[in-house]
Amino acid sequence: MTIDWSWIGDHTDDLTTLTVSHLQAALSAVFFGLLISLPLAVVAHRVRPLRGFLLGLSNVLFTIPSIAIFVLLLPVSGLTRTTTVIGLTVYTLVVLLRNTVEGLDSVPVKTKEAAKAMGTRPFRTLLTVELPLALPVIMAGVRIATVMSISLVSVATYIGDGGLGQLFTDGFQRDFPTPVIAGVVLTLLLAVVADALLVAVQYVLTPWTRRRA
Amino acid sequence: MTLYRPGKGHLMIQFDAVHKRFPNGTTAVHDLSLRMPEGGVTVLVGSSGCGKTTTLRMINRMVDPTSGTIKVNGQDVLQQDAADLRRSIGYVIQQSGLFPHRTVLDNIATVPLLLGWGRKKARTRAAELLETVGLAADAGKRYPHQLSGGQQQRVGVARALAADPPVLLMDEPFGAVDPVVRTQLQDELLRLQKELNKTIVFVTHDVDEAVRLGDQIAIFRTGGHLVQCATPAELLARPADDFVADFLGAERGLKLLSLKTLADLPQGPAPEGGAWTLVLDEARKPAHWHHGTDDTDIPVRPLKDSDSLLAALNESIASPTGLIARVDAAGTLTGVSSRDDIHAHAGLAHTEARAAAPVATEAQVKA
Repeated sequence: MTIDWSWIGDHTDDLTTLTVSHLQAALSAVFFGLLISLPLAVVAHRVRPLRGFLLGLSNVLFTIPSIAIFVLLLPVSGLTRTTTVIGLTVYTLVVLLRNTVEGLDSVPVKTKEAAKAMGTRPFRTLLTVELPLALPVIMAGVRIATVMSISLVSVATYIGDGGLGQLFTDGFQRDFPTPVIAGVVLTLLLAVVADALLVAVQYVLTPWTRRRA
Repeated sequence: MTLYRPGKGHLMIQFDAVHKRFPNGTTAVHDLSLRMPEGGVTVLVGSSGCGKTTTLRMINRMVDPTSGTIKVNGQDVLQQDAADLRRSIGYVIQQSGLFPHRTVLDNIATVPLLLGWGRKKARTRAAELLETVGLAADAGKRYPHQLSGGQQQRVGVARALAADPPVLLMDEPFGAVDPVVRTQLQDELLRLQKELNKTIVFVTHDVDEAVRLGDQIAIFRTGGHLVQCATPAELLARPADDFVADFLGAERGLKLLSLKTLADLPQGPAPEGGAWTLVLDEARKPAHWHHGTDDTDIPVRPLKDSDSLLAALNESIASPTGLIARVDAAGTLTGVSSRDDIHAHAGLAHTEARAAAPVATEAQVKA
């Protein structure tokens, strides 16, 4: 299996476009996943009876095959980027919801009590005490969800999207390995770089976890 | 020397016929009526599950009573917004309960920020308080986990004082630190209290801590019954019943002596020509006891007038002659006192405490 470097040289523009599109799909999914998970996690954390239901639901959604999700969405959003992002968002929930709930659970009762006893109202306690302290666990979920989404974008080639995934079908149909290899390498690179950036973001956001005494 | 200070002004906190039953059916507080005067330290003691912490937490509405009324500064707490009420009352929690994600300075600034002081003013106030509680300025930039247990506890006190509330609630604040640090923190609290004159409600299960800090002590029995509320001296001299006596321990007679200073104890010149002589250094400070014929030295711990009668008794037992060395504030010898005089005064202290006019609390009246 040899790499045709001249093909890569001829297609740098295409590769760049596909990489950006790929990343955009994955990050959108994580963004909307967080947007949905945060309020649901707060509900699951506070209302014990709903907790099992919501976490179970996110598990069930995860088991739906991607093709099935896309087919179900076709009448709604058609062969568009929206369909891709909705599908991927559904999959991020399984990690994001669970980690956010666990993050909120991990906040020491003592600390929440202290906030209350100082006269902090519940919503402010959530924003300024609970979420910051839950951040390390939430960020662990965001990292998994991001890497997972980056690897999953390719499945959207079924509906004509799929970012770098299009290189796989292209190479497969023409029995030409170079695009496939380029696609794999670029997907891997995206995942590694995104994960490293998230580690950096977490480092900046959680100064209290550094320099453990 | 701790004294009940009725002259300090009006009632700050008032419990009237307060009951608290939890949803699971346990009674945490049973028919509690209790008064806490402004500027005084009221210590709530009792074994675990006696309702002392619940009592404390009802003052700032962390727990609401099932029936009865609680007034702070004349106002019914149930008529006030809980969050606003809590901001007006300082609260120090077991093991400090600091926010791990905020710097020490921001921890202290919590209530001022909630009150809308603005970040700059709140931080300035927080920096002042660091000094008040005996912490270095550079501690302000650290995170709680970077401090020792004792330092964290100081931050907890500073945080409670930040908005200068008239009332301070302290829930076993020194429970998690070692005995040496605990004594230091108790001393600091007494020093602070002299300057600040807060109305303090302090929960502990340590009788010695209660006797040291309290202007009045309320003893609770399992089931949330207040058994006796009195000054430390009265409590030690005249426990209301066997439960209180047992709780105070077999050495309660000695604990009473810890409340009396030795200032009234007569003193005479140091003995000369006997087997033992008190050797002084060039500044006339006692150095040690010296035995003329054996040529042995025994260390001496000189006592000031502000030391307790208990310390005098202890020192006289350790002294080879039964004499204690008395010094002035500078440490210069002023004279010696005999074991007999110490014993006589110890007996007198007990008689006085027993004879003191009874201050009946409502709990006793009802009992």
